[in-house]
Amino acid sequence: MSHDLKVLVIDESPVRAAILKEGLCDAGYTRVEWITDTANLSGRIAALDPDVVLVDMENPNRDVLEQMFQVSREVKRPIAMFVDQSDSAMITASVDAGVSAYIVDGLKKERIKPILDMTISRFNAFTHLQRELDDTKTELFERKVIDRAKGILMRQKGISEDEAYGLLRRNAMNQKEKIADIAASVVSAADLLS
Amino acid sequence: MNIPNLTPVRAGFIPLVDCAVLVVAREKGFAANHGIDLKLSKEVSWANIRDRVNVGQFDVAHMLAGMPIAANLSIGHIKVPMIAPMALGTGGNAITLSQDLYTELAASGLDLSAPLSAGQALRSAVERRRSQDLDPLTFAMVFPFSNHNYQLRYWMAAAGIDPERDVRLVVIPPPYMVQSLHAGQIDGFCVGEPWNRLAVEQGAGKILLKGSDVWPAEPEKVLGVQAAWAEQNGETLAALLRALTQAANWADDPDHHAALADILADPQYLDVSSALILKALSGDLQFSGTAACAHAMWLYAQMVRWGQTPLSQTGEQFACNTYRPDLLAAALGEASPHIQDTPLVLFDGKVFDPKDVPGYIAATPLNMHKI
Repeated sequence: MSHDLKVLVIDESPVRAAILKEGLCDAGYTRVEWITDTANLSGRIAALDPDVVLVDMENPNRDVLEQMFQVSREVKRPIAMFVDQSDSAMITASVDAGVSAYIVDGLKKERIKPILDMTISRFNAFTHLQRELDDTKTELFERKVIDRAKGILMRQKGISEDEAYGLLRRNAMNQKEKIADIAASVVSAADLLS
Repeated sequence: MNIPNLTPVRAGFIPLVDCAVLVVAREKGFAANHGIDLKLSKEVSWANIRDRVNVGQFDVAHMLAGMPIAANLSIGHIKVPMIAPMALGTGGNAITLSQDLYTELAASGLDLSAPLSAGQALRSAVERRRSQDLDPLTFAMVFPFSNHNYQLRYWMAAAGIDPERDVRLVVIPPPYMVQSLHAGQIDGFCVGEPWNRLAVEQGAGKILLKGSDVWPAEPEKVLGVQAAWAEQNGETLAALLRALTQAANWADDPDHHAALADILADPQYLDVSSALILKALSGDLQFSGTAACAHAMWLYAQMVRWGQTPLSQTGEQFACNTYRPDLLAAALGEASPHIQDTPLVLFDGKVFDPKDVPGYIAATPLNMHKI
């Protein structure tokens, strides 16, 4: 099933925009455009003439759009998504997900809901991915620090790897800190003394 | 030590010097002393502030003075009733021009320190561009419902410049103002501190006029509160207003400016040098102040003048009732303030009578209100 609504995505994150665009295309929204930077925004929006504009909320240029939609004679005047009080759950979900929408006045709610639902779920999925990536990075970093600390203890105290790890673990438990934090202080102390 | 249970209040702010009252209330313990755990969130756009207050993620926020009025008039989106019980900053805006435009205006020989003659100098610059078929001048401000927008427009219109046709008015987020001026994308802007000082410091521009030279002592920022939250949390709001009043008085004391600049310079707040903030604090910016009906009527009249909203008695009523100095007075145990309705006299000699907006609009040339 294909839809004739024109959707414009303004997002500085190319990965997130790609995820969203793919989702919308799969759902039959084939007229999806994406812009990252906001140079000559007015002219480009006028050329695209979108029915729905989706903007990530980390983008400070949202206020530029607000002005454009207030005064513009060139573009249809989309309004901020607070179209109907009954949409409050959907609106809250989108603000939670970090995305805002502008919708051309008069568009029926049921035509917009699937687009917003898709956008919210893709934004949330992206945040989830981002968090997993951050966690993985932290984990990798911590593992490296622990390995370095073990090496230092093994060299200086002439103990085995298991003993070095045990020493770090006991210290962490005694001081109620994470092993990685104790390891980091071992590494920085060694750096200072070397 | 007996630690009282603090009531959480979530507040959004934009990194500008006039977010100081909220920051000081948290950092100097005024909020905690009044039983409030004031949680501050930095935002990148005024639109985000509005949306997060609308959906209840923020209980209160640092808002442009026109924002709660626009919300009550449902301009641009459905109505979400708002109130503004106090001002957070007055007299902090300035108009800064690029070096080139400033030099061009100075060459006119007109007195640039007076708003009227500075406006005439600008008019010559506008006319020169038109006669030579050059691009019109571009000025930036920060949001459609900002004093910045109305101040620029008022000043230009007083000199016979039509801000709708003779120049381009665009919105640029405050942190990008200086670089846009530097890059020649804009010829001037109206913004709050510290961005005017930064433009001067970096050699990108010169401050032409201070807000206080030109306009009535209008609140530029107010504490915006969703009316429904205010109703359900009357005691919390009153405690918050007491804390914020103490914070504003602390921040206004010149003896505290150095300490205030250090607090605001922190990356979680403005993230610029404290020396720059200190310079901005030496100007006319005043943190404590009331937001009264007369102020709201002035803003409403500007909204009508520039075609943002139609003129109506209901509109006047909504605008007037947005500002609630009575709630502040009650919180402080003071008598309710008498309605300030003394007519204002502007720099161009025009009088604004808050009791007669229709008369004012009818007598004002260059306005988009279709009568």
